[in-house]
Amino acid sequence: MADVNAKGVLTAPIFQNNPIALQILGICSALAVTTSMSVSLVMALAVIFVTAFSNLFVSLIRNHIPSSIRIIVQMTIIASLVIVVDQILKAYAYEMSKQLSVFVGLIITNCIVMGRAEGFAMSNTPGMSFLDGIGNGLGYGFVLMVVGFFRELLGSGSVFGITILQTVQNGGWYVPNGLLLLPPSAFFIIGLLIWVMRSVNPEQVEDNEFKMKENTKPKEAV
Amino acid sequence: MAQGNNSIKKVLIVAFALCIVCSVIVSTAAVALRPMQQLNQELDRKTNILNVAKLYEPGMDVEEVFSDEIIARVVDLDTGEYSDEFDPDTYDSFEAARDPASGRTLSGDQDIAGLSRVENYATVYLVGSEDDPEQIVLPIRGQGLWGLMRGFLAVEGDGNTIVSITYYEHSETPGLGAEVNNPRWQAQWEGKKIYDEEGDLSPEIHLTKGGASDEYEVDALSGATLTSNGVTNMLQFWLSEEAFGPYLAKFRSGTEPEDAEETDTNFEDVEGA
Repeated sequence: MADVNAKGVLTAPIFQNNPIALQILGICSALAVTTSMSVSLVMALAVIFVTAFSNLFVSLIRNHIPSSIRIIVQMTIIASLVIVVDQILKAYAYEMSKQLSVFVGLIITNCIVMGRAEGFAMSNTPGMSFLDGIGNGLGYGFVLMVVGFFRELLGSGSVFGITILQTVQNGGWYVPNGLLLLPPSAFFIIGLLIWVMRSVNPEQVEDNEFKMKENTKPKEAV
Repeated sequence: MAQGNNSIKKVLIVAFALCIVCSVIVSTAAVALRPMQQLNQELDRKTNILNVAKLYEPGMDVEEVFSDEIIARVVDLDTGEYSDEFDPDTYDSFEAARDPASGRTLSGDQDIAGLSRVENYATVYLVGSEDDPEQIVLPIRGQGLWGLMRGFLAVEGDGNTIVSITYYEHSETPGLGAEVNNPRWQAQWEGKKIYDEEGDLSPEIHLTKGGASDEYEVDALSGATLTSNGVTNMLQFWLSEEAFGPYLAKFRSGTEPEDAEETDTNFEDVEGA
């Protein structure tokens, strides 16, 4: 990102430069937590918080971080923030933390957080880094909500826990699609989402990064 | 980045300072929020007990109703008598199972619920009066498909008729195995019998595919065979003579459990309800 301005930093990651859809980061947790929208929402808020503040703190001390230990310094900051988030959830949103279980802890290994700390916060001012963290968290949250919407609606017949399609288990007509409750279904939805986003913005389509050489004849190989 | 940042001195200072700051923040959060978290856990456990005993209504004062309606007692699983050795409010049977002094290792064919270790004493929750309870809430746990499932089973005062079952901790697949907490599925349990007329300590209750046909059968969860097997196995284990069998046998035979060291009941003589 050459020109850094507040609006661009905040909104670009949502559609133009989405961390999941374009950078293909953070897929793992997007598969795990998107079975229902309310869980996706809390997960998204947690990631927004962690990305924003880890970017802020990394950026604040960026001129003092020795490059030889910079990754572990970033990890320590991220891990501390994640533990704080986990503790807060356990204290104030116990039901939610039970549903999210290990996935809050696994925000530590979410590539988006680390990627933004290393890729943006290390070379930008604290304010911008903070906004960049929020922006990327929002981008992540946007994908999570879309995936969560389809998985919850078609898998459990509800949205935010409110029944839309009455399922047969509860005496209705809708036979829920069990596949959508399993992690692989998120792959399909994210794949379709990337397809849609790249059809709308054709400039997101990447060039072939490498061209395969034609097969060499045995004579030329030597 | 400044040139001097990579000197050994600077590396050590930064690493050390960062660790101190981060550990202070993390431990402050953990210590400050712990009372709140424990309160939540406690409340969650009590809500689940009231829920399985069908006393729970949304918005009620859980603490108050719990202290009014529920009496917790610790049961010696071996004899089926109450024990005053432990305080039921603080006794943690999960911890006790791990301690060699208060738990035992199960052999392969005993361990149908996949627990590997089980405690010698367990907490039960009595609804109504202690001598002649309306309901007995038993803690159960066992392996499901993805991991340990922990829940409660409420039994009527006759020690044989099931009131309800609930799971407060599990990691089963949402929409399939996690339907163990679907109220419609839970409602099927009401009135089912645990033991047959023979009066032995082997439970008959189990989940079955293709529709329950008698009072010892409950419909299995569709699409969740392994979770259903887990539920059957943990009921078979916790209601057998390895666990709550001797305790429930006392209710079935009409001799209520007493405080320890007073009785000498021979379980061979216990007749079914």
